[in-house]
Amino acid sequence: MWKTIFRRVLVMIPQLFVLSLLIFIMAKFMPGDPFTGMITPDTDPARIEELRIQAGFYDPWYEQYFRWISNAAQGDFGKSYTYKLPVSELLGDRALNTLWLALLSVFLLYLIAIPLGVLAGRYQNTFLDKTVVLYSFISYAIPVFVLALIFLFFFGYQLQWFPTSGTVDIKYDNGSLGYIWSKIYHILLPAITFAILGTTGVIQYLRTEVIDAKSQDYVRTARSKGIPINKVYSRHIFRNSLLPVAAFLGFTITGLLGGSIFIETIFGYPGMGQLFIQSISGRDYSVITALVMLYGFLTLLGSLLSDIIMSIVDPRIRID
Amino acid sequence: MKDKKKDAILEPGLSASSPPTGFQVIAREFKKDKLAMFSLFALVILILTIYIWSSMIDQQEMMRVSLRDKFAPPGDKFFLGADQGGRDILGQLIIGARNSLTIAIAITVITGIIGVFIGLVTGYFGGWIDNIFMRIIDFFITIPSLMIIIVFVTIVPKYNIPIFILIVSIFLWPGIARLVRSKALSEGSRDYINASKTMGTGDGVIIFKKMMPNLSSILIVELTLNFAGNVGIETGLSFLGFGLPPSTPSLGTLVSYATNPIVLSEKWWVWLPASLLILFLMLAINYIGQAIRRSADAKQRLG
Repeated sequence: MWKTIFRRVLVMIPQLFVLSLLIFIMAKFMPGDPFTGMITPDTDPARIEELRIQAGFYDPWYEQYFRWISNAAQGDFGKSYTYKLPVSELLGDRALNTLWLALLSVFLLYLIAIPLGVLAGRYQNTFLDKTVVLYSFISYAIPVFVLALIFLFFFGYQLQWFPTSGTVDIKYDNGSLGYIWSKIYHILLPAITFAILGTTGVIQYLRTEVIDAKSQDYVRTARSKGIPINKVYSRHIFRNSLLPVAAFLGFTITGLLGGSIFIETIFGYPGMGQLFIQSISGRDYSVITALVMLYGFLTLLGSLLSDIIMSIVDPRIRID
Repeated sequence: MKDKKKDAILEPGLSASSPPTGFQVIAREFKKDKLAMFSLFALVILILTIYIWSSMIDQQEMMRVSLRDKFAPPGDKFFLGADQGGRDILGQLIIGARNSLTIAIAITVITGIIGVFIGLVTGYFGGWIDNIFMRIIDFFITIPSLMIIIVFVTIVPKYNIPIFILIVSIFLWPGIARLVRSKALSEGSRDYINASKTMGTGDGVIIFKKMMPNLSSILIVELTLNFAGNVGIETGLSFLGFGLPPSTPSLGTLVSYATNPIVLSEKWWVWLPASLLILFLMLAINYIGQAIRRSADAKQRLG
């Protein structure tokens, strides 16, 4: 088991290396440098030039790359030119916001998907099953920004059930109960949007698992021993079908990251996705490179997590 | 009873001697599934309308700003109202839909050709070619491609539509290649491939004349679903402002007006039609893809 995990982590290293190289090359092609923003009519061009030399701007590219990557590994991504803050400090708050959103989304996702998947599998070919299949088809086909906008328009503006942007109402003190509730209230609508978009895979997988399990020997044995049908479903089939679904978790996280750019922009939620779009518009390159690197790392981590869970659940796919 | 049997024999392509193949199976599936049939017809009519109508619109005239008509509601002058610059929404919708569809088709064709070619070759030969390409494909699949596409779009000088298509295609072929490779890998160990090899048939002939036709139904399904996905990607990127150049209407650009809260909450005619059109395109294309997928798998067929 540990051998599999170890090998899987080893595979990640060259991928991270190539990604960092790609990001470094992209950063080199971005117009301007960290000192362009400091130029005012009073600055002496020679002084800027001096700063550039000091910062190693004219060093060979491999030295620059090495310096950047070793700083990045220690969490130092330079300074944001728009916010005048170290990038790591800026990212901290934003990452936490995105994390809260992701956690609530994953919770809601399984809350919706597990009952629907199990019920659709149990009552296969009934009206309920057909409705669930149709629902999962629509949630698969609908683009994230269209669903998010329609939800925001309908539930946020028309019905006014949810706040339309931000993370928390300013009237509450930090740490009070009202503050926490206001925070959850603000991420509820984006989280529901996320959850609905992510349910497709889990529902379809769970449904097929349950349908397959119905004709298995262990289910027939349990039934012939006289165990009530409800108990067979809740104890035997449900447990066996759920394990493979757990393996979806990693992919779900990966999907959430990609969608966070749209969701956070539309719902005005100050997370990493929104920061990315703002930094692109503001040409804040140190933030952009840090974010792309971080997202790449998290994506790899997500697929690693999925592989590990799957190799625990299904020993056949372990690498030897 | 008797009549039914007679009908079955008379129906073309369903004679007892030869089982239905290829497009006959797909056609039968569509006959059975009314919703798929409806999607297909609606989509064909919609696409034809969009292409014919858009060729009759004078784009320059339409994109002229007239502040007197700012946010004109739907009515006599503009059937679907006007946007912030007083430009006709309906016209932008038609031209935008044409642009979005054309770009999605172009991306599908380019990624399809590259993905199918690399998938077939790596799956057929295996060995070191396969190893090298699998590493590359794995890399592409695990990077945050959406972000990198956005960065590329912002740093490329002289940015235009062909460059946009190229950038997106670079990041989308690996998905197709991976699927085709896995199918080619299992197809490559079949008897008919081995027989061809023994007879001394050239590798190129085996791959493209013998293996590819046998995988055609899977390829059609994959490309159909990819086409829907590409409509989503282009409109999504245009929505964020990193797709088509601002002067070119796209469905995504129309939807992006809704990032302004006033437009979103009060001027629904600006963004809602484009959103619904995207939604319809995605649902219809995906539904057609699912129907073809069912017909490709004998176990799932309805008809």
